[in-house]
Amino acid sequence: MKVIRILFRSIRDSFKSIIRNFSLSLASISCITITLVVVAISMTLSVNVNNLMKKVEDDVTIVAFLEVDVTPERITEIGEEIRELPNILPGDEGIMLDDKESIRQEMMKSSTTYEDIMKKWDNREDNPLKDAYHVKVVDIDTMDETVAAISKIEGVHSVKNNDEMVDSLVGVFDAITKGTYIVVIALIIVTAFLIVNTIKITIFSRKREIDIMRLVGASNTNIKIPFLFEGLFLGVFGSIIPIIIITYGYSTLYHHFDGKLFGNIFTLTKPEPFIYSVAGLLLLIGVLVGMFGSWRAVRKHLKI
Amino acid sequence: MELIKMKNVHKVYKNGVTAIHNLDLSIKKGEFVFIIGATGCGKSTLIKMLYREERPTSGQILVGGLDVAKIRNRKIYKIRRKLGVVFQDFKLLPKLTVYENVAFALEIFGLPKSEIYNKVVKVLELVGLKNKAKQYPTQLSGGEQQRVAIARAIVNGPKILICDEPTGNLDEKTSMEIMTVLEAINKLGTTIIMVTHDTEIVDKMKKRVIELDSGRILKEYEEGEYVHESN
Repeated sequence: MKVIRILFRSIRDSFKSIIRNFSLSLASISCITITLVVVAISMTLSVNVNNLMKKVEDDVTIVAFLEVDVTPERITEIGEEIRELPNILPGDEGIMLDDKESIRQEMMKSSTTYEDIMKKWDNREDNPLKDAYHVKVVDIDTMDETVAAISKIEGVHSVKNNDEMVDSLVGVFDAITKGTYIVVIALIIVTAFLIVNTIKITIFSRKREIDIMRLVGASNTNIKIPFLFEGLFLGVFGSIIPIIIITYGYSTLYHHFDGKLFGNIFTLTKPEPFIYSVAGLLLLIGVLVGMFGSWRAVRKHLKI
Repeated sequence: MELIKMKNVHKVYKNGVTAIHNLDLSIKKGEFVFIIGATGCGKSTLIKMLYREERPTSGQILVGGLDVAKIRNRKIYKIRRKLGVVFQDFKLLPKLTVYENVAFALEIFGLPKSEIYNKVVKVLELVGLKNKAKQYPTQLSGGEQQRVAIARAIVNGPKILICDEPTGNLDEKTSMEIMTVLEAINKLGTTIIMVTHDTEIVDKMKKRVIELDSGRILKEYEEGEYVHESN
């Protein structure tokens, strides 16, 4: 009970202090708010960009064209050799054979010109098209090595992939993500220092009170706890607006665009449970930054 | 029974000034002791060491069994809880009422409200300020403010009350009112150590007196022995 009463007293004192130094508290809260709004936007961007990146990466396929005269037995063997290579996506998705007969059928369906030419190739030996394996990789960064390995397999005529376009896309996304991380970290540091200042001024303005507390036998913990609570509440208050923005703002945005941007290319991440995790994280960052700031100030300026 | 025992206490400040020279002193439980002497004789340093505002350079200071010199900074509160301190400038919080100023000393320990109320009312009654509980320090006279400070110092029931020039800002009549309050507290069993310049008060009170000079005990007077020079 005693501990609870001391905690309640500390909470009451921290609220009083926030109100007493209202303009400074408001500055700290605003700074936390701005930081967390940027954090929220960055997180939303980052998650959606990651989603898009994953989708793009999933579509990256290596096509291995086989020699024209390769036998059906050898085709199966080549398939097995490819499957044994590292970095190949496991399961049926990883490797898929597109034999020349089905390619011919597909092409014949697509135009009458093709049909006229290709209808005579009904024998495997007469068909000049090449059998092809469609291969998917686990890690697209090491795709070049996989391409080289496949090229070396006997019976493989040539290998093609669309990695250049993907590479540049991934590079752009990477730069965006890294850039936002740097901005967020810088903002968090600035905010923490602003809170250090707020608490420092609170400590100075309450110097007389602190002296009397010491005099009547308050322990260091008794004196420090209200300041830590003050930092914590500044963090909580600062995270309210960003949380509202992310929960309502993102849901509204998602429903407005029906979950898709630029036609069907960009599918947005579903708001639930995404917004709740972001909101929780924003609150956590706010509280941690607030408490870290006050802890620093108390350590530095409250010489006990 | 000795409540305070100082053995060979020496205090040199960082600037090289020696405030206390190898001082030995013992004060028994329930005593009322005046510490007198000229400005700069080491009176304030002596009592500051008792509540560990200052640490002795060497020697031993036992307060209620605790070695004040050896105690770590973060454990100072253990000593402070054993004693109350009253200053010349009262050190009250102007934004709090008389009741709140006194209750403040109990709230930080997490006492229940009813217990705080009972203790504060009792102590305000003792210092004669029960009817001014809702007023603010600025609405009170100097003597009344000092009585609030005394109430705050004793509300925790300390064994020792240290008073640093408590009548320094007050006129003669008000000073005697304060002394009456302090004597009443002393009669209830609290040991009182009071630093003062006012030898007339010391003369009237007929208590034990320790006279300091340049950080040494110049003379000790037992109860009733001290006579003010002008008499």
